[in-house]
Amino acid sequence: MNWKTFYALLSRDGQVARRNLIPTLVQNLLQPLLLTFVFGRVLTTSGMMPVAYKSMLLPGIMAISMVLAGVQAVAMPLIAEFQFTREIEDRLLAPIETGWLAVEKVVAGMIQALVAGLVVIPAAWLTLGSGVTISFAHPLEFAVMCLLVAGFASAGGLLLGCSVGQTQIGLMFSLVLAPMMMFGCAYYSWAQLKSFPVLQYAVLINPLVYASEGLRGILVPDKPHMNVFVVFGALAVIDVVLMVGGLKKFESKAVS
Amino acid sequence: MAIGIRIENLRKIYNTPPPSAARGAAFSFSWQRPSRAEKDKTKKKFELVAVDGISFEIHPGEVFGLLGPNGAGKSTTIGILTTRTKPTSGRAFIGEFDVWQEQVKAKRLIGVVPQRPNLDFALTAREVLLFHGAYFGQSTRERERRTNELLETFKLTDRADHMVRTFSGGMMQRLSIARAMMHDPEVLFLDEPSAGLDPQTRLLLWETIRAYHQLGKTIVLTTHYMDEADALADRLAIIDHGRIIAQGTPQELKSAIPGGYLLRLRLDTVPDGLLAEFEKLPGVSEVRAADHTAADIYADRGGPLIAAIVSATQAAGVELRDVHIEEPSLETLFLHHTGRSLRD
Repeated sequence: MNWKTFYALLSRDGQVARRNLIPTLVQNLLQPLLLTFVFGRVLTTSGMMPVAYKSMLLPGIMAISMVLAGVQAVAMPLIAEFQFTREIEDRLLAPIETGWLAVEKVVAGMIQALVAGLVVIPAAWLTLGSGVTISFAHPLEFAVMCLLVAGFASAGGLLLGCSVGQTQIGLMFSLVLAPMMMFGCAYYSWAQLKSFPVLQYAVLINPLVYASEGLRGILVPDKPHMNVFVVFGALAVIDVVLMVGGLKKFESKAVS
Repeated sequence: MAIGIRIENLRKIYNTPPPSAARGAAFSFSWQRPSRAEKDKTKKKFELVAVDGISFEIHPGEVFGLLGPNGAGKSTTIGILTTRTKPTSGRAFIGEFDVWQEQVKAKRLIGVVPQRPNLDFALTAREVLLFHGAYFGQSTRERERRTNELLETFKLTDRADHMVRTFSGGMMQRLSIARAMMHDPEVLFLDEPSAGLDPQTRLLLWETIRAYHQLGKTIVLTTHYMDEADALADRLAIIDHGRIIAQGTPQELKSAIPGGYLLRLRLDTVPDGLLAEFEKLPGVSEVRAADHTAADIYADRGGPLIAAIVSATQAAGVELRDVHIEEPSLETLFLHHTGRSLRD
């Protein structure tokens, strides 16, 4: 393992992310904030939803933002760089094992997901207006949860980025990301799905469910949520599975 | 210390269509049709033999050329030597390192100029070089010094802070070469470096290659331009359909062509008797009929034979439509070995 090269690869991604800061923020945050505004402000202020829904919604929005940011930060550049022009080749020729380049991509994606998650909290808070009550009583658990969520988002981005071709990006959004967001328990808690028993168990394959439920459990513990330690376990397993799958795909894609 | 390269019985069979790395014209690859029994077992099995058991050695500090038509297996060979393609069997060494077993050590020794520029489009020209230096662990001061030097050498200083994606093809190619030299590699690979370059840039490229060679570095280049191979390479391997068909210094290869000169005739018909007549002409070493309207004559002279050829065709009642004399060159060598022109 060659830390100098790893750090250089990371600073390259940092440079690119800084250059694209504004478009990246808009891409990752605009949609969640619009949803926050419509669901959390318009529907609650108009009386169609109880005010308590605001606190319910915030952890879900945070989870969605982190997942979108992590997936896109890793998948989109990879899809482009593995195409025809093979832009990634100069980094594959850097003196480091191929797998570490994939790890570096995931670390860079995690940082972007964490930034998105941390930015969305105050932004959503402002958008939601008064009546939001979230707790930061368990900072350590919150930090671990954020890391696990960022981890599966970027590892998932790695897997998607190495599996999807440039022409299938639209399909990736409508077939993978959209259902994931709708059935990710971001806008409702998992317990509230009990009237749809089949759905309730089917959504358990969706990693976003654990992200939303986990953040809910830590930030708004008085609202219904899954056991936080079950969530930790599930996310750890998902992180490992996606990372292993992503690494395999990356290695096979990197070498002809 | 200069680094040599050794390749032992290398084979590469693609089971899926090769990616852009071996992006020659795929149609001229040799296809291995599976037998009927195999076909029944696995329907539509794709198999493409890109490199078919080649072995050669490149001496430390020499300029070695791989010459062959599109799809001959040149890029695949370079791909294997630069760790980007996994060989199906056989071994390749950069210096003492097996390129597949000890990739990182091999990667430190090599610089690669790909066939098509694969520059990092998210960066500026200066950043491309600076980050490349950083990947190879150069200090900040060293990589800034080297970046400025290379930008100057390749006449890119005034565009240094522009995004690479706005560059023209020639500028990208120049930057690719600068990038490959950035970490001062012992072995420089150039895959079809002058494809698509204007004559001026091509000369700059040749000068650069020669200058880098002067520093005692090993250079491996692929080309399908005869003159380029002739001008630059100390030794050459001619490759076709994944096999090496001849190797040696350009001089050795050229002197191996029977007769040296090649006279290509086009006629309205080629009766057998006429070929026999041609063979009797002074200095002719070999006559080959190509199609029914062409004949190739290998001889130790060119122009002086024309009068005799004209008389012979007139005597046979055949119309001579065109005579083309090719002087001893690698082109004639390639033609002699494969029956095809390099550009066919």
